[in-house]
Amino acid sequence: MSDVLVRARGLQVHFPVRARGLRRRRTGEVRAVDGVDLEIRRGETLGLVGESGCGKSTLGNALLRLVEPTGGRVEFDGTDVTALRARELRALRRRAVMVFQDPYASLDPRATVGQTVAEPLRVHGLHPGAAARAARVAELLELVGLDPAAAPRYPHEFSGGQRQRVGIARALAGEPDFVVCDEAVASLDVSVQAQVLNLLRELQQRLGLTYLFVSHDLAAVRHVSDRIAVMYLGRVVEVGDADAVSTRPQHPYAQALLSAVPLPDPAAERRRERIVLRGEVPSATRVPSGCRFRTRCPRAFAPCPDVDPALQEAEPGHRAACHLHGVVGTPVPAEQRGPA
Amino acid sequence: MSAGRTGHAGRAGDAQPVLEVQDLRVELDTPRGTASIVNGLSYSVAPGETVAVVGESGSGKSVSVMALLGLLPAHARVGGRALFRGRDLLAMGEPELRQVRGDGIGMVFQDPMTSLNPVLTVGRQITEGLLAHGRVAGGRQARERAAQLLADVGLPDPRAALGRFPHELSGGMRQRVVIAIALSGDPALLIADEATTALDVTVQAQILELVDGLRAEHGTGVVWITHDLGVVAGTADRVLVLYGGRCVEDGGVDDVFERPAHPYTQGLLGALPQLHDGPGGRRSELVAIAGAPPPPTDLPPGCVFHPRCPVRGDERCALEQPPLVPVALGARPDGTAVPHRAATFHDTAPGTGGAGS
Repeated sequence: MSDVLVRARGLQVHFPVRARGLRRRRTGEVRAVDGVDLEIRRGETLGLVGESGCGKSTLGNALLRLVEPTGGRVEFDGTDVTALRARELRALRRRAVMVFQDPYASLDPRATVGQTVAEPLRVHGLHPGAAARAARVAELLELVGLDPAAAPRYPHEFSGGQRQRVGIARALAGEPDFVVCDEAVASLDVSVQAQVLNLLRELQQRLGLTYLFVSHDLAAVRHVSDRIAVMYLGRVVEVGDADAVSTRPQHPYAQALLSAVPLPDPAAERRRERIVLRGEVPSATRVPSGCRFRTRCPRAFAPCPDVDPALQEAEPGHRAACHLHGVVGTPVPAEQRGPA
Repeated sequence: MSAGRTGHAGRAGDAQPVLEVQDLRVELDTPRGTASIVNGLSYSVAPGETVAVVGESGSGKSVSVMALLGLLPAHARVGGRALFRGRDLLAMGEPELRQVRGDGIGMVFQDPMTSLNPVLTVGRQITEGLLAHGRVAGGRQARERAAQLLADVGLPDPRAALGRFPHELSGGMRQRVVIAIALSGDPALLIADEATTALDVTVQAQILELVDGLRAEHGTGVVWITHDLGVVAGTADRVLVLYGGRCVEDGGVDDVFERPAHPYTQGLLGALPQLHDGPGGRRSELVAIAGAPPPPTDLPPGCVFHPRCPVRGDERCALEQPPLVPVALGARPDGTAVPHRAATFHDTAPGTGGAGS
């Protein structure tokens, strides 16, 4: 058994951009995920950070094949997910699940909490029979710290944190191996967010879960992750041990991102040097040639427009896609090179 | 150093406050009963000073500033006083308030898309205010001034931006436009309500730097409403922690963060994941506060925090409301004195006894 549970190779998700009008002519594409190589190890939490529009949620969706990749492949436990047919896909849906951001939008307001949690059991034919299912629902509610007696109640009777627990119970119903948490604590208040983060960790230890923790909140990611991957404009630009990435970021984008995170420590805030980036993130329909960060990079130099940097080791177990660590990557054909 | 973090003349302790809020109360009738959203809030803001108001959802932080600006629905009952340059905002009629809102108090809200009019160009939205308040002689001068304001807030190619519509700009650029509009009246007071919450951290850093620069340059008083303790640590001179519509703790930013005295403030700081945890720090458990904040229609008697309080309380906590009293002599980051106060019966403040600070 390989120690890698999920592997993406050259993964691409491109969305067509179409003109208005009857013919809906294809005028371009949004390169939301644009050549991602990533490994998620069994039992670990990989944190995936990046700013709005960097493609982190699309990547999470593509790993579960909730959106169809347009290129590259995804392997789950050695199987090529991109080639699965409907029946096999259903088996994947039991083993690889998602916890969504908004516990208000992701629960059916007209279904009781018990029905919501029981739904995956019905779909996958687990614990057949009403009594067995009810027993399993009670067990799941208890697992996430809710009173099993709450099963007949409706989502509106619960607070945001409790609803998120329901979402987690539903995700865990089929005894999955892999859970994508997409901004799973983003809409919760700090005091409640801590409860849910603690719960996720406890469940990981008890059930041996593997997490992809997708978030814009670097402090939360740092807290839960074993390793961290940083995304920019559809590409993973840095990945490594959580301590290393958060204390010694190697890619200039990761350095700027980390320096911008406000610290809840007034003295540290006053000492701090911020790297303030110039300009705006380019559109994912017009990705710069070579290194996609070069248009905003304070340290861009000659090879950046001409060679698309590959992830390479900056220190053991810590990789960055930046020419400052040696010019390695795919040369850009001369006619596609943009201005430096 | 002076009032505020950098170089504005006049010390915060001495200067006449720009804003003085006294015993502010807001009640609203709802289908579930009367909601007591703000329950006796008092604070003042000196010129060049940044006061952060922090709290979780339902703490009353946003409603408290909307009340000052007359932006609450007509059936809201607002009590207390709010003196802006000596005049009570809460006693003003709509025409007077309208004058103050555009010409003395600038406002920046969370979502720039709802603050901006989607069918008017950026230029039109800035010049409108300038012309309405008679700050410029005519259209041509208004456009000049508008372009200058956009340049001040760091918008690239400000002249071209005047002809753009809000949807053509990114979130960060839109929020810069909103700030430019807020600044167009040379406000003495800037109120920012979750102004950077919807923005990415790199853009947030740009906006925080921008506002702080303007504060230092013009001596603007700033009220910064946020749930983000990191933003508070980086921008505020003084902090008010709100819970259940009451201020449970206030003081200089270092005092509140380093020696929190109220169990709720201690809980909030303990619940926060830290970016710079030590190695292996991620394995440490976050200290969560049990339960959820109370709805304003159903506030507990006594100390509002007592049902969630991790410190074992006595009966007094459930019966009697603790007053906000000084727990230590405190200071702002510039060294000016400001009392550190907390509303708790517990003597839980680490360092209030012997640390001598």
